[in-house]
Amino acid sequence: MTAARAVAPLGRMLLVQTWSEMRIRWRIPAFSLTVVALPVLFFTFFGLPFARQTRPDGTSLGAYLLASFAAYGVGSVMVFGFGIGVATERGLKVDVLMRATPLPPAIAIAAKVLNALVYALLSLVILIAYGTLAGGVRQDLTVWLSLIGSLLAGSVPFIALGFAIGYLCGPNVAPAVANLIYLPLSFASGLFMPLSQLPGFVRSVAPYLPAYHYGQLAWGAVGAGTEPLAVSLAWLAGYTALFLAIAIRAYHREESRKFG
Amino acid sequence: MLGPNGAGKTTSISLMVGLRRPSVGEVRLFGRPPTDRRARSRCGVMLQESGTTGVLTVREIVDVFRAYYPAPLPTARALAMAGLTEQAAARIGALSGGQRQRLYFALAICGDPDVLFLDEPTVGMDVEARRAFVSSIQTLAAAGKTIVFTTHYLREAEELARRIVVIDHGTVIADASPAELKARVPGKKITLTAGRPLAAPDLDGLPARVLSAAGDRATLLSNEPAAVLRGLFGRGVELLDLEVTGADLEEAFLALTRRPETPR
Repeated sequence: MTAARAVAPLGRMLLVQTWSEMRIRWRIPAFSLTVVALPVLFFTFFGLPFARQTRPDGTSLGAYLLASFAAYGVGSVMVFGFGIGVATERGLKVDVLMRATPLPPAIAIAAKVLNALVYALLSLVILIAYGTLAGGVRQDLTVWLSLIGSLLAGSVPFIALGFAIGYLCGPNVAPAVANLIYLPLSFASGLFMPLSQLPGFVRSVAPYLPAYHYGQLAWGAVGAGTEPLAVSLAWLAGYTALFLAIAIRAYHREESRKFG
Repeated sequence: MLGPNGAGKTTSISLMVGLRRPSVGEVRLFGRPPTDRRARSRCGVMLQESGTTGVLTVREIVDVFRAYYPAPLPTARALAMAGLTEQAAARIGALSGGQRQRLYFALAICGDPDVLFLDEPTVGMDVEARRAFVSSIQTLAAAGKTIVFTTHYLREAEELARRIVVIDHGTVIADASPAELKARVPGKKITLTAGRPLAAPDLDGLPARVLSAAGDRATLLSNEPAAVLRGLFGRGVELLDLEVTGADLEEAFLALTRRPETPR
């Protein structure tokens, strides 16, 4: 034999795998429509009527609400994309097929993360464009870029939560579980309406929830945050560790059952 | 690899390709652990218990799989070898069961592997698909590829294999060429009712294996039914009823499993 390569180049593998994930997601309208349309829809109902008002601290209420739904949207891409996606693939036994190929699991996961980031970015750009055009929400480009950057970078705990759901639940259960966890979580964290308008009980629980601190990243980007960045990041890192531990445990449990 | 259902064929393949870990011993593929990427890059695998998301087209998923291998076959060639040229633009979800099986074959060969592991590859294939598959297997074997496949059809193993390993309950009970195996496995079942109760001397020394004998009835397995009948007549055994049928695989395995260490 000639001195041919023994293995395929990993960079190209990652590129092809990511592109394949993106096409798969795009062709499942239940996913692509939901993640793009829902934040826009929610903003229309709960944000547009107040978009031109100003908050007591002088910042734009429209920007505050838009940042809230942006955080909700990116979190949903991660929780639903990974939760339902991983559970569905396990149900179809795609994982068995892929394990026998030379594709390293790390590349497969990296492709899923890249794919999710692209959809999250898409959902953010559409929401911001909609808020600007339909709601007259005006912010500097740097503010929007900072919002996009912090939400994408801070989405890691929701990726971990998605993986945990995907490995713990079967394909029929995962959508329900993802909804039951993520919707109340978002609501109680003030992503649907400002915390000041929620009952006192919810307000006292919110500071312990991951979506609340994720919301703080978003509100901070539009100048309306109420806690130091370091505190938000510490909480998000803690929740990442917790969700990852659950996901890894579930992964190993399944691995020893299926491939032991 | 030939064996009845539950013999351990799928488990063996899973161990060979590194999908399961052996509780004892170790598996080496090209001198490496089967999970090593360099080993995996030289093998193609077709499993029974695996699936794929249905929304990609046949050509798309073959292209994705080709990217996993260092020197893949051209897409068109992989599709042609699997008999999927006409379905190239079809979504996977729209394929029939037989076409889906061909797709898994295309995914197994698209990396131009040196060794192919195929677990019950012809299950669910229609006649035409099976013919295309057999011819592709022969082409690959002629090109020097090693092909390991499982089946529970003796005829399929005879037709395609140069070496047949028979396993049952996780144990190798035969490892031979098709010709040797065929000579060893009795192909006919003789069911007879004699005119009188049969005794041991009536059946001993016949070129047959006794499956059961009680009173005037006996069931024998043999490759030479004519010689068995001549022997019986020679011993003065009259036959009231006689039936000679092809032995099914299950019975042939029974005979192999019970093969005595020394001839009786």
